[in-house]
Amino acid sequence: MRYLPNSDSDRAAMLKATGRSSVEEFFDRIPEEVRLQGRLNLPGPLSEPEILEFFRQAASRSTREYVSLLGAGAYRHYVPAAVNALLSRGEFFTAYTPYQAEIAQGTLQAMFEFQTLMTQLTGMEVGNASLYDGSTATTEAVLMAMRVTRRQRVLLARTLHPEYGEVLRTYVRQQGTEIQQIPHEASGQLDLAGLEAALNAETAAVVVQSPNFFGTLERTAKIAGTVHRSGALLIVTIAEPLSLALVKPPREADIVCGEAQSFGVGVAFGGPYVGFLTAKEKFLRQMPGRLVGQTVDRDGRRGFVLTLATREQHIRREKATSNICTNQSLCALAVTIYLSLMGKNGLRKLAEQNLAKAHYAARQLAAIPGVAMPFGGPHFNEFVVRTPCDAEELLADLQKQKIIGGLNLARFYPELRNHLLVCVTETVSREAIERTVEVFRRAAGLESEAESNGAGAEFAGCRTAGGA
Amino acid sequence: MYPQEFLYTKEHEWIRVDEEIGTIGITDYAQKELGDIVYVEVAKPGEHVAANESLGTVESVKAVSEIFSPVSGEVSAVNAKLQNNPEMLNTDPHGGAWLIQVRLSDRSEIEKLMTADEYEAYIQKEK
Repeated sequence: MRYLPNSDSDRAAMLKATGRSSVEEFFDRIPEEVRLQGRLNLPGPLSEPEILEFFRQAASRSTREYVSLLGAGAYRHYVPAAVNALLSRGEFFTAYTPYQAEIAQGTLQAMFEFQTLMTQLTGMEVGNASLYDGSTATTEAVLMAMRVTRRQRVLLARTLHPEYGEVLRTYVRQQGTEIQQIPHEASGQLDLAGLEAALNAETAAVVVQSPNFFGTLERTAKIAGTVHRSGALLIVTIAEPLSLALVKPPREADIVCGEAQSFGVGVAFGGPYVGFLTAKEKFLRQMPGRLVGQTVDRDGRRGFVLTLATREQHIRREKATSNICTNQSLCALAVTIYLSLMGKNGLRKLAEQNLAKAHYAARQLAAIPGVAMPFGGPHFNEFVVRTPCDAEELLADLQKQKIIGGLNLARFYPELRNHLLVCVTETVSREAIERTVEVFRRAAGLESEAESNGAGAEFAGCRTAGGA
Repeated sequence: MYPQEFLYTKEHEWIRVDEEIGTIGITDYAQKELGDIVYVEVAKPGEHVAANESLGTVESVKAVSEIFSPVSGEVSAVNAKLQNNPEMLNTDPHGGAWLIQVRLSDRSEIEKLMTADEYEAYIQKEK
């Protein structure tokens, strides 16, 4: 997209042409009291070296050299250099589909391949060209299920990412949707009896995340059977899709959606993310967002088109399948490049590394007296630990060691005081895991492993009494 | 062209009333305006439709259009053939490609509809 300057003389020419005396005059329909008075509170323009210096300093304050055990919907994986190199090609600079979409066959092909890759991973039959992020993809899946079933009631696993649930509630606040939460069992998995009891003939959809917010894998096949007996749809949300390289895809679900940031989109200050939504083919016409299809031109050559666009907002206005279905073409392209680069075997090896490291870390931590793993269900690269002392103090101790120790679950689950959600990806070295274990051991009041033979060992336990 | 035994709406639907059952479809004029029809979706048996409100959609290569019900009542049957052969709406809109049957809840509603002659005069003006 070109940078179009808006100089004083440009503004004067436009005002003259439109017969207005000031830019403010364009806004006089907006009540004065809600209009911005004066200028935005922003620093003035900077020169190029000043801008570079500003960002250099900002970068030096960042957590680049920190080890991160923080997951909870945003996963730090290594992004190969080829991803950004290819992404920076001029042909892909705009994230938007050109208005005459078919003129950009390369862009459409990239989207088509994204759709194909996501359906291959999720075991579904059709996929769209991406959505804004995992939370809006989950919300769009729920709206889709309500259109398909013409029902208005939704059951959410309590172990769905709490912020995904919040986004859904925001969307449906004005449309009389009833939302009920389904608790989890001691294993951390969805309470099957609770699900059975909560289902009824008004239920449009059940939303289950797998691996769920606690990192625990769900029994999606079993859940699907129960859900389908009531005529509702099963939506499986996946925030860490790398798990799909090892875990059987949830083919029994009706819609599989989630977040694809793990694949080549690094973690940055809150974004960008990239949502995906895949489904059974019979629900194709109720799918939100853009869809790219493959076809042949009149000479029989392969080509790509935007398909089923008649259901989209620019044609169907308020009756469209969705009016907030922003896609993330550039990030979807990063995902496509990343997955193509990794290949089936590469992705599997990476997932095995994540699994091995996370399970190693979990075993080491669980062996510390006072540390517990509250949920017994199977997990991929993320898990919950009960800390031997106050979780915030432990996080502060870890931070001193340049380790971001995970998410304090009490923020979303008051009943899980002093529980951390810990994620171990391939970016966490064995040495970093051992340093983390060391901090936990000290917090549990044990002497350090390294010092246990020496005389200098001192008590380094909690400053306050801990426990759950 | 337009069967005398049908009644018509300004939105280009037709209805044939036999006793308490009304059979509803779209007119030949409507199918020509829409172009090649690729998908049909209508209310399910047992659901209620209201006069002048949407009973479903017809999707052509150009657009997705609402179908408005000429009458109120409970859906008694839908034309299953259209699921796999939506193009029938282009070839036989007044016959085999009926959309839906409704058990009328208020017969007086049909008095507001147009006769075949009135409808033909109406579409002449539309053109």
